[in-house]
Amino acid sequence: MPELIVTKDIDAPGLDTLEGYRQYAGYQALEKALKEYQPDELIELVKKSGLRGRGGAGFPTGLKWSFLAKNDKTRYLCCNCDESEPGTFKDRMLMEKNPHQLVEGVILTSYACRVSVAFIYVRGELAHAARQVQRAIEEAYAAGYIGKNILGSGFDLDVIMHRGAGAYICGEESALMESLEGRRGYPRLKPPFPAAIGLYGGPTVINNCETLCTIPAIVRNGAEWYASFGTEKSKGTRVFCLSGHVKRPGNYELPLGTPLRTLIYDEQYGGGILGDKQIKAIIPGGSSTPMLGADKLDTPLDFEAVAAAGSMLGSGGVVVIDEDTCIVDAVLRMSDFYRDESCGKCTPCREGTFWMVQLLERLERGHGKLRDIDLLMDVCDNMYGRVFCPLGDAATSPVTSSIKLFRDEYEYHVRAGRCLVGPGAHRAPATTP
Amino acid sequence: MISEQSKQRMRDLVSRYPLARSAVMPALYIAQREEGHLTQKGMQAVAEAIGLTVNDVESVATFYTMYYQQPEGKKQIKVCNSISCYLRGCDRLVQHLEERLGIKAGETTPVGNYTLRTVECLASCGTAPVLQVNDEFVENVTPAMLDVLIEGWERELKARKFEPDTAVGEGNSVGEIGRRPTPPWWFLPIPQPPR
Repeated sequence: MPELIVTKDIDAPGLDTLEGYRQYAGYQALEKALKEYQPDELIELVKKSGLRGRGGAGFPTGLKWSFLAKNDKTRYLCCNCDESEPGTFKDRMLMEKNPHQLVEGVILTSYACRVSVAFIYVRGELAHAARQVQRAIEEAYAAGYIGKNILGSGFDLDVIMHRGAGAYICGEESALMESLEGRRGYPRLKPPFPAAIGLYGGPTVINNCETLCTIPAIVRNGAEWYASFGTEKSKGTRVFCLSGHVKRPGNYELPLGTPLRTLIYDEQYGGGILGDKQIKAIIPGGSSTPMLGADKLDTPLDFEAVAAAGSMLGSGGVVVIDEDTCIVDAVLRMSDFYRDESCGKCTPCREGTFWMVQLLERLERGHGKLRDIDLLMDVCDNMYGRVFCPLGDAATSPVTSSIKLFRDEYEYHVRAGRCLVGPGAHRAPATTP
Repeated sequence: MISEQSKQRMRDLVSRYPLARSAVMPALYIAQREEGHLTQKGMQAVAEAIGLTVNDVESVATFYTMYYQQPEGKKQIKVCNSISCYLRGCDRLVQHLEERLGIKAGETTPVGNYTLRTVECLASCGTAPVLQVNDEFVENVTPAMLDVLIEGWERELKARKFEPDTAVGEGNSVGEIGRRPTPPWWFLPIPQPPR
């Protein structure tokens, strides 16, 4: 078992309080950074550590920080805790069980980027997480870790917890800023990128919750220590959220580059498939990433290897689907999500997600035609790269990847009028309506 | 009606943000908590506190699914039906709840005790299937557990005048830089029903 970084001591009793967190080296990184590091040195440190964003895109964090426009406008930090990607549940755990680690990460990042107001945008549905983050902020204020002249360093910071209200799109960085400014969560046109013109028009850095939770450990133990985990290009560890048909679902922190098979089958982690069935498909990074077939089980879980296998590491939500699952029904469920969550700003996504669901429903109920499968691909083709923000691109992933992998099963639905496997396999074939 | 106290809290929120309209989402939560759902009067109060038009406030409120335009049941049950919960049998739960409560997903019982909703991924896939009751999680749910839960709710609803208890929403009460916040009103313990 490797030494854990973000989830270290996560189940220790009282870790969510200031006192408890201090017993586990809490706020030592902040004290060290304020004494020993200039802000720019901190950015260099994070660059050297090789940390890449844990939200989904995997952009190098230090590089992102160094892109902030150098002007006299007020800078802002937004911590993206709007975790809503289906299959992902790491940020919720980090916020609920160790909120001070997040707050310390936010303070350190604010110091490095010379930010004076930081926002933690917590997803609306996660009421307990919001309460925990809230309390951690209050305690940090009382202890002098946030506020004016933090620990006598002359650095001032305010941290504000802002609660969302149920919109997946607000996890997209520009929609998150719109939401924070009190508007409907529509994504903005890029460029200008947030690093130049972001929240309230100021240069803005936006990082995922897990990314910021990693910062205190990097500052405490050094960049080389962090870079010693993981692979050449994907350094460090990552919290993988394992769910679906596995015996022991849950959050497991592993060094990047660990094979998918270890995560799913190792007794310490997933422990194998429920009922010892075979794997049909694996979604490696939340429902927005293309699914992989069972033949890709030996893919190392790092950014490059998963990309080479034809998918993305995304948010780290690994969903395992067993052989007795109807793939059309599962994809329909994922497409339902994108239809409901499409914000409606751009036409290809608003209409495309709707049509995908219509076609998938028709196929699933056994009323589909063979040409519907090609029509589905066509709809996806007309969305991918033609939509305003990544949500529309993501919506096509489950559909195109499943048709590529399981075209036979789609065709079976058309020919037999029912499902190949699952509960729908036993029903009478559909008659043409 | 929105109380004067709530209106004052909304005005306090405005001073917290660099831009007044940033306070619209937390202010909407305050209005909703007061009345159980968003009314015209509630949105009017938000508009006045922040200095927006009512239409502007309404346009924001209607974008987000957690601002309710209709009265919600005293027990609001949200069942996750995204992929991980689907793989672990959430449809069975929805069906069971529909049968027991006598309503379809998306509806509220006629006396206003229960609202049943299916919602998108609740970030609890490791303990699927899950549901939330008034924003608190119930994890690894089975149909048998639902029967026990429903019994408990029935007892609770009979025992007292019920207050919905979604107690977070406005964020911390930080004002200008460096002012130490006092514990906000909603941070106090929620009164529990008599056992």
